[in-house]
Amino acid sequence: MNKTVERLKCGMITENPTFVQMLGMCPTMAVTTSAINGVGMGLTTTVILVLSNMMISMLRKVIPDKVRIPAYIVVIASFVTIVQFLLEGFVPSLYDSLGIYIPLIVVNCIILGRAESFASKNSIWLSMFDGIGMGLGFTIGLTSIGIFRELLGNGTIFNFRIMPESYEPLTILILAPGAFFVLAFLIAAQNKVRIHKAKKAGASVTVCEREEGCAGCTNTFCGGKAFTEESVKREKDAAKEA
Amino acid sequence: MNLFLIAIGAALVNNVVLSQFLGLCPFIGVSKKVDTAAGMGGAVIFVITIASAVTSLIYTFILEKLNITYLQTIVFILVIAGLVQFVEMFLKKVLPPLYSALGVYLPLITTNCAVLGVALINVQKSYDFITSVINGFGTAVGFTVAIVIMAGIREKIEYNDVPESFKGTPIVLITAGLMAMAFFGFSGLIK
Repeated sequence: MNKTVERLKCGMITENPTFVQMLGMCPTMAVTTSAINGVGMGLTTTVILVLSNMMISMLRKVIPDKVRIPAYIVVIASFVTIVQFLLEGFVPSLYDSLGIYIPLIVVNCIILGRAESFASKNSIWLSMFDGIGMGLGFTIGLTSIGIFRELLGNGTIFNFRIMPESYEPLTILILAPGAFFVLAFLIAAQNKVRIHKAKKAGASVTVCEREEGCAGCTNTFCGGKAFTEESVKREKDAAKEA
Repeated sequence: MNLFLIAIGAALVNNVVLSQFLGLCPFIGVSKKVDTAAGMGGAVIFVITIASAVTSLIYTFILEKLNITYLQTIVFILVIAGLVQFVEMFLKKVLPPLYSALGVYLPLITTNCAVLGVALINVQKSYDFITSVINGFGTAVGFTVAIVIMAGIREKIEYNDVPESFKGTPIVLITAGLMAMAFFGFSGLIK
């Protein structure tokens, strides 16, 4: 029971996919023009993540190691198709506003990442909670970015007017450039915290520590994160233990 | 004329990276130097054009004939993954000079969501074969334009005094945001 709670906490806070791991940034930037879109996309991804995690965990002893990635992609794509039809039938307004980004959940690296690093090694029960935790963490990330952009860009939250009538909305924030700016400041704020912590501890700060560079890294957003010698060592130790 | 407008629209007005946020990973990861960026752009043009042609044919002649269009997402992603592998092997065997120029970038393209995105857009807008290929080509050219400009700017940023917490991805994203604003200027080209 303890482990399930730990999975939830891990996904929502300590390893939050949006704010800590910086995964799945394409959908994050594309759909967070309003809070409601953020919630919709987050919950859709959560459902797919939970189902695919459970299915892959169930099949983990059947799928041969060499073809595991294509097998995972087929599982994920099937669930995406099912969820897409459910949305089209029951929540057409959300289906219209998310559009092309629903089928593109297939290539969202959070889902494949969890399948590869967690569901393929753990029981169905734990994988389900891992999916719920990560999915809700992603939903929290998308919703808070959506609230921020909608509040400043349109003066509303979930379509309720918050700002006074005299507020002149910064429309740029709900347009494409705004997505880039918001994300840039988000990563910069993270770096600020890390650098501050490192300086307090008297450690030196480097930006990217991968020896082979970022070319082969699927998560390019890590390239901008500040690293300290200590954090690199901690991550390596964690990888060794796993 | 109509095809020309579709190509311009895909390349400049609805730029795949700057207004649709597809293919952001290579856009940020492989834009440190102009020549590698151009190499990546070349590989993307090559793969997206072929992929739009193949997915368009598969959609019209297999999925629609058998009435199983609901399988499009699954079929497209598998076809694209297989196609990239096949293109890589084919180039290695038949056109070694082209392979040595594009080879390193080809495996990276499998994770590029722009390829799947273009295939799905072609189906969504029910483009015919020629239009799909032109749309794919235009989109890929738009990607190349964006990544090469970005690499040019990044080479200059190297010499600038960027605040410590903005080094790396944050300053790249701010640059991309400014580029996205500049690309709004193209929106008047097509009504």
